[in-house]
Amino acid sequence: MTGTGAMSGSPTDLLPELLLVLGAAVGLLLGLWTPQHRQGRVRLVALTAALASAAAAVPALLGDDVTVYGGTWVIDEVTGVVRLTVALSTAAVLALSSRSLAGHPRETEAYVLMLLGATGAVALAAAGDMLMLVAAYLVASVPLYALAGFVKDSRGTEATLKYYLMGAFAGVLMLVGLTTLVLATGGSGYAGLTDRLPGAPTSLVAVGAIGLLAGVGFKAGAVPMHFWVPDVIAGTTPAMAAFITTVPKLGAVAAAFRLLEGPLAEPGVDVALVVAVIAALSMTWGNLAAFQQTEVLRLMAYSTVSQVGYLFMAVAVAARTDLAEPALALYLAGYAVTNVGAFAAAAALPQARTLTDWARAARRRPWLVGSLVVVLLGLVGTPPTAVFVGKVTVFAAAADGSFGWLMVLAAVNTVASLFYYLRWFGPAVRMTARPAGTGPAADVLPAPARTAYAAAVGSLLLGAGAGLWLLLVGL
Amino acid sequence: MLLTVVVLLPVVVAAVLMMLPRLSQRAVAWSWVAAAAVDLALVIWMWIGFDPGRGTSGVVDGLAYDTKVRWIPTVDAAYHVGVDGLSLPLIALTSLLFLAVAIWSQREQDRPRRFAAVFLFLQTTCLGTFAALDLILFFVFFDLSIVGMYFVIAGWGHGNNRRSALKFFLYTFVGSLALLLGFIGLFLGGEERTFDMVRLAARPPLDDSPLLCGLVLLAIGIGLAVKTPLFPFHTWLPDAHTDAPAAGSAILAGVLLKLGTYGFVRIAMPMLPAAWQRWAMVAVVVGVVSVLWGAFVALAQRDAKRMIAYTSVNHMGYVILGLGVAGLVGADPEARTIATVGALVQMVSHGLLTGALFLLTGVLWSRGGTYDFSRWGGLARPAPLFAAALAVAVFGSLGLPGFSSFIAEFQVFTGTIQAAPVAGVIAVTGILVTAGLFLLAVQRLLTGPPLLAVPDAGPVTDDDGSTGSEFGVTADTAPRRAPAAAHAGHGAMDHGAMDHGAMDHGAMDHGAMDHGAMDHGAMDHGAPDDADAQTTTPTTTTPPPPSFPDLRMHEIASIVPLLVLSVVIGLAPVFLLDVIAPAAAAVVELVSR
Repeated sequence: MTGTGAMSGSPTDLLPELLLVLGAAVGLLLGLWTPQHRQGRVRLVALTAALASAAAAVPALLGDDVTVYGGTWVIDEVTGVVRLTVALSTAAVLALSSRSLAGHPRETEAYVLMLLGATGAVALAAAGDMLMLVAAYLVASVPLYALAGFVKDSRGTEATLKYYLMGAFAGVLMLVGLTTLVLATGGSGYAGLTDRLPGAPTSLVAVGAIGLLAGVGFKAGAVPMHFWVPDVIAGTTPAMAAFITTVPKLGAVAAAFRLLEGPLAEPGVDVALVVAVIAALSMTWGNLAAFQQTEVLRLMAYSTVSQVGYLFMAVAVAARTDLAEPALALYLAGYAVTNVGAFAAAAALPQARTLTDWARAARRRPWLVGSLVVVLLGLVGTPPTAVFVGKVTVFAAAADGSFGWLMVLAAVNTVASLFYYLRWFGPAVRMTARPAGTGPAADVLPAPARTAYAAAVGSLLLGAGAGLWLLLVGL
Repeated sequence: MLLTVVVLLPVVVAAVLMMLPRLSQRAVAWSWVAAAAVDLALVIWMWIGFDPGRGTSGVVDGLAYDTKVRWIPTVDAAYHVGVDGLSLPLIALTSLLFLAVAIWSQREQDRPRRFAAVFLFLQTTCLGTFAALDLILFFVFFDLSIVGMYFVIAGWGHGNNRRSALKFFLYTFVGSLALLLGFIGLFLGGEERTFDMVRLAARPPLDDSPLLCGLVLLAIGIGLAVKTPLFPFHTWLPDAHTDAPAAGSAILAGVLLKLGTYGFVRIAMPMLPAAWQRWAMVAVVVGVVSVLWGAFVALAQRDAKRMIAYTSVNHMGYVILGLGVAGLVGADPEARTIATVGALVQMVSHGLLTGALFLLTGVLWSRGGTYDFSRWGGLARPAPLFAAALAVAVFGSLGLPGFSSFIAEFQVFTGTIQAAPVAGVIAVTGILVTAGLFLLAVQRLLTGPPLLAVPDAGPVTDDDGSTGSEFGVTADTAPRRAPAAAHAGHGAMDHGAMDHGAMDHGAMDHGAMDHGAMDHGAMDHGAPDDADAQTTTPTTTTPPPPSFPDLRMHEIASIVPLLVLSVVIGLAPVFLLDVIAPAAAAVVELVSR
């Protein structure tokens, strides 16, 4: 299918993605020729590739929107936001996973899979054609199956199987959706869909829209495709969990946004309402389930489910208000930095599985606890953190897109979320508040701890510099 | 720029304090006082340079020291700060109260560095809220003030402080989210979409839609009413006050409550004039109910701090009554302006007097570990200075001529009785009740045979158990305090009943017991307290006769200036009224649109 808009085929348009793939290839080859204990150099390659990809994404932001390769690949503000956040989140996860992966027999593989997964996430966001969307879905999913089961214990294996089966199922639904929409309109490009869907049979459009949403909803971990999230997150290491809950989500939410902004904007079926309901269910269900959790990673898993709910608010009103796109750009970036920070705090004390263990282990680490407070209050949406700015704009966008009820529900959920985040940082603060204690403090892994500090600072800076961020991405 | 410095100076000092872990307690205390003093000096400098203007100046024009830096251009949110006649008095009050608290806390032994840092952070949030001229910026500071106060109560409170802190946090957090929804409503309703307060006030949004306008006012009203607090949203207040440390209570009552009432004047009234007019009677009624409810419930209290907490509900009721009257457009504009001026003066006056009262109850706690009226009596004899200060603060609070509260309440009533006679007459009875209860409190505490609370004495705590759960503080902590203090090795037997250090830590230990093995830290504070106790308590004989040391230097230095200023405002209010009156007139004019 041919797209409208400026067409070009210059390979440099895809430079950020190429750098990620190149990093994966070079890293894999280098890893093959590197002895086990020296594989840290692969991490450097991967880190360089991720940072270079982020840098390469900047020039494209300054240029005009372009559509390349027959309309299958869209390079606009949304893609730019995802390119930057994905590359930087990947770099952050690479940095925080250094200690937990060092010397691991499959160290190289982990770095390479992360880079490939990141490529898939960007492809999801940039896809301007349903076929590309499905391909991107696979690229973003397959590496993560391997990462989910990286620990190879029984919990991890079970979670991976669950993840894989859910993923295969969602992939099939997506293909059904694709087929139905091709049947309805005779094409798979978004531009053609946008033109022809309003005249297409309603039932076909409905099936197609549900199928596509199921796919991106699975990647994003939104209700009702969220069942894999808690098991996978709790079954893997905090560093992997940080990657799985951050990077693919960024791509998937952006993909959903692009669908709702174009093809599914006015298709004769109220897809926006469906997305609004998904958003409402995700935030509510994630919150309710998080209340009872006693494990750090499970708590965070449900927290990410509820965060997707807020992100999908922007998706629901994608075509209804100009505020949606800045809101998405702010919330995505805020979510990325904050979520990585929370998982980094968990990764800093890898022995502590439960909330009380964590609090006890962090007893003499006021800076780590302080970072945790900033990050978790950030996830609640307390000013002046990045997620606060994201939340305000998302709320405004939802209300402007005549989803006032969704805004009120999101506000109620925000209050509710405070309870379970408090269950994590509350005991931690109380324990550091009493300086003297018995026994030695647990060892803190330095790299994740530094990542947590950086995320806390980054969350505050991004909140204060929200205008600059929007200026950078051209919104 | 000057204003930005005033707002951010405390938090910068707080950050520096946190960076220097080796600082001695003295150095921390003095740098805190110095920071607060410099801030106050800058505010006084601002006041001197401030020209309130003539006629109706403020809110939408005549803003001084304003700075605007773009923050999120897509939604037109900015770092926009400035002062006018509404905010300047409250900024001055905030700086003064925080300085008083800094002086008061000179001898804070429990994690003094963090204590100072939290209060300095809190000071920035309060100053920022008053200075903000952008809704989002206002919200940022407003919300952070909740976080700061949560840590004050949870970290340094006593009794059931963690529960009270959580209650405070949740109530006000829910309120603040309602507020945020209202702000988003204002943003979306405006013709030019902006969060800028000045532009929103100049061209009020949602003029054509009474329903939406009312809903937005409802959201904002609930948000501010929780903070103020007004009946029926006041239930967090007594718990939070009772369990907060004295310094925290003084700030909570003196400054944080004003954030709510200030929000009404600054945001609700100028930006939603149509809705405010329509629902002004509701504000009047809520004001009157708060006045009476606060007064009568305070009358029933047997705990001094709870009583003062409820009188805050009463005093805030006068404020909202005055502001409600401002919206009764059928009435004489002159009367409405008078009521508004009264409400604004009441904010300042309440901050001074209630701040002082809470610090004075802190004296009770530091001497005897209880606020229970039944455990104190005849304090005038051992502690004449304390008695004098308490009497002055109490007479001030009940609205005696010569005090700032008289200027405030007199004007509120003058305005109200002209505009809404029934409400005015009912509200006046509130004055009678508060007068009665304050006099009763003075009588119980200061007169009669000397009765000095001995926290570690067994029989008294038995008595206490029967007072019921409402006085959870004393009933809960007193029985457990004795073993904890003895365990710490410097309890009643060694240094006398007045060893307040031991008591404070006893209360903390009570908290620790709840968490079992999680915490053994509290006892380790023994050593510094021991030294402190020896230097500050004159009686170290065994067994100790009960005694009540009079106000100490730092207590005098923090409390007396507040009372003096209240008298100054009461006798020569012109300097304050000159600033407030034009702004009040501006608010009334904007509401009348």
